[in-house]
Amino acid sequence: MKQFHDTDLSGARMIVSFLEKAGVKVVFGYPGGQIMPLYDAIYEAAFTHIITRHEQAAAHAADGYARATGRVGVVLATSGPGATNLVTGLATANMDSVPLVAITGQVPTVAIGNDTFQEADIYGITIPVTKYNYLVKKAIELPQVLAEAFYLASSGRPGAILIDVPKDVQNETLIPPEVGSVRLDGYNPDPVLDEVQIASFAAILTQSRRPVAYIGGGVTISGAENELFRLVTESDIPVVSTLMAKGSFPEEHELSLGLLGMHGAKYANLAIHESDLILALGARFDDRVVGDVNHFAPGAKIVHVDIDVAEIGKRVSTHLAVVGDLKRVLTRLLTLVTPIRRPEWLRQVVALKGKYPLLISAAGDLEGIKPQSVIRAIDEATCGEAIIVTDVGQHQMWAAQFIVSRKSRRFLSSGGLGTMGYGLPAALGAQVGCPESQVVLITGDGGFQMNIQELATIRENDLPVKIVIINNGCLGMVRQWQQFFFSRRYSQTIWKFNPNFAAIAQAYGIPGHTVDDPKEVTGAIQAMLAAPGPQLLDFKVVGEENVLPMIPSGGGQTDFYDA
Amino acid sequence: MKKMISLLVHNRPGVLSHVAGLITRRGYNVESIAAGLTENATRTRISLVVSGDEWELSQVTKQLSKLIDCIEARDIKYSEAVIGEVALVNLDVEPERRPEIMTLVNTFGMRIADLDNNTLILQVVGSTHLVDMILNGLAPYRIKTIARTGLVVLPSERCEKQEHFL
Ligand SMILES: Cc1ncc(C[n+]2csc(CCOP(=O)(O)OP(=O)(O)O)c2C)c(N)n1
Ligand SMILES: [Mg+2]
Repeated sequence: MKQFHDTDLSGARMIVSFLEKAGVKVVFGYPGGQIMPLYDAIYEAAFTHIITRHEQAAAHAADGYARATGRVGVVLATSGPGATNLVTGLATANMDSVPLVAITGQVPTVAIGNDTFQEADIYGITIPVTKYNYLVKKAIELPQVLAEAFYLASSGRPGAILIDVPKDVQNETLIPPEVGSVRLDGYNPDPVLDEVQIASFAAILTQSRRPVAYIGGGVTISGAENELFRLVTESDIPVVSTLMAKGSFPEEHELSLGLLGMHGAKYANLAIHESDLILALGARFDDRVVGDVNHFAPGAKIVHVDIDVAEIGKRVSTHLAVVGDLKRVLTRLLTLVTPIRRPEWLRQVVALKGKYPLLISAAGDLEGIKPQSVIRAIDEATCGEAIIVTDVGQHQMWAAQFIVSRKSRRFLSSGGLGTMGYGLPAALGAQVGCPESQVVLITGDGGFQMNIQELATIRENDLPVKIVIINNGCLGMVRQWQQFFFSRRYSQTIWKFNPNFAAIAQAYGIPGHTVDDPKEVTGAIQAMLAAPGPQLLDFKVVGEENVLPMIPSGGGQTDFYDA
Repeated sequence: MKKMISLLVHNRPGVLSHVAGLITRRGYNVESIAAGLTENATRTRISLVVSGDEWELSQVTKQLSKLIDCIEARDIKYSEAVIGEVALVNLDVEPERRPEIMTLVNTFGMRIADLDNNTLILQVVGSTHLVDMILNGLAPYRIKTIARTGLVVLPSERCEKQEHFL
């Protein structure tokens, strides 16, 4: 007969005790049959559990929490449909290198493979959308697997990890084995810097007359903001940023050219076009950024710094690759470069900025509220202090254009996957992680309805998220593409019905108002930000507005659609 | 273009799914894949032959090394490794014609793996080129079925050292 000791723990207890020891403060999740032992152990856990109204939202909430705080987000779900509901959230996080650990229940080990009730091969399903994943067959493996999962999620290039735990493994009881420090052969999250590469980097930079720093999410991940700031300000290097890097270099700085790529300012893309050196720092030359690879920065050398070797040369060929942690690379680089002033280049860039300013098209306020003016009002009222969360679509791109971000982790958006429905749950997760911060969600009338049920979670936890709907009565971004590329055949993009969002909010116990008068925009935003608790504003904006400028998919840096 | 990759991975459940998944997800073309245990029971060696254009091929090895289970991914040149494959060929030949086949068998160092009245299974070992050639040579007889292992690659230290001194 099996002997029981006081130190015996069930698999479920081991998971809870690991999370407690790892300093996890909050997990997001949704229970169900095959994860009941774990939820039973959570009943007396030291951390908070926040139940959302949909597993996808739990994953996005954990993601928003992770992006806002820099800590690992944790999400739990049951087997089968619970687990499959996580998939979009895992893919969203993994694509944007967000550290996330998902723990799912699974049918008992003996039942696996029999099409058991609520069985889904979530291990197989999530291989392509995670950094790594596990199916735990014995409780004795749990401590090691958990330690590895947290280590993998947060080290090197971060990502999403899934741990699938069959019910019998959650119930199996034993003395948990001690886990030493995690080391995985062949996994090298912090590559040793190559001094020769860094010296060549310094040499190339010194020779350059028209350098541009093209910064990506890697700046925030490695915490290289200060080093980046020193480098570009000491050497007069203008900065263009991806969506993921927004705020990691202060956008109000004169060297900032804001976003580049498909909806970047014209001057940002032209600066790239005219430069003789691109410093790609923790960025991956996404197609939405680069467009036509053959016309990207034709006169420039490219130096690519990334922690992920596989990103080097993936989309563009580089003249010099530096593999390693960006903060360490820049720290080392700063000791090797002698600051040089580049007044002529800066004058040229300032001239571009003056010639092609980013404007709200001036059709006048008569027609109704311009969506961009709502975003500008939010920007003016929050002064870079708020955490801005967006959904996906036109409003997202306007937010990227008109919110002036001043710090990392203050602009949260699904970049790589472009997941509609991300905004509301991510905003609630960010608010949970940063209770003292003002969190403002800018969402679309489409995406908002993809996870609208999370209004309940927000109310239930009294999260003071301020929700702004840019309500254009359509799937604006797709409508815009139809206008430009499908001769205005608006197939399935203009709603014949939209609900009364303010009334919905009220039904969830959240004050909600509709605004349709351009004169009321600023006042409404200020009142909303000043009011306590969650608030919702539904801005009825003009429906035909486009995100401009626009470089069509696969176009070159100078092929603009203009106002 | 084609290239050979020798992949050393942790022998964990699911490791083949991770390797195969990466290959399909990134759109690479695999000509052959052969996996088996190594001297160390916790490790598996996978030999891959991948085809594609130069750019694709330059990416495969980097992506494979990124797999968490991957301990080492190496591009293999013919000069650096011992390589070979095994093919089993099930032939339909009347007993009268078997002597002809025996000359082929002897010339190319094949082995008879199974034999009775209506079965003749030959085992061929050698380079892909050799195996292809022999299969061509056997084409005039009726080939019922073929099984090939795909290329198996083992980096050789002797070759490496030579490479090193060159
Ligand atoms: C889950 C998902 N489905 C479909 C899309 C394709 N898509 C991209 S933007 C967009 C329109 C979004 O409409 P809305 O939320 O109203 O925002 P708007 O563009 O109008 O600001 C769609 C359908 C997507 N990104 N995500
Ligand atoms: Mg809309």
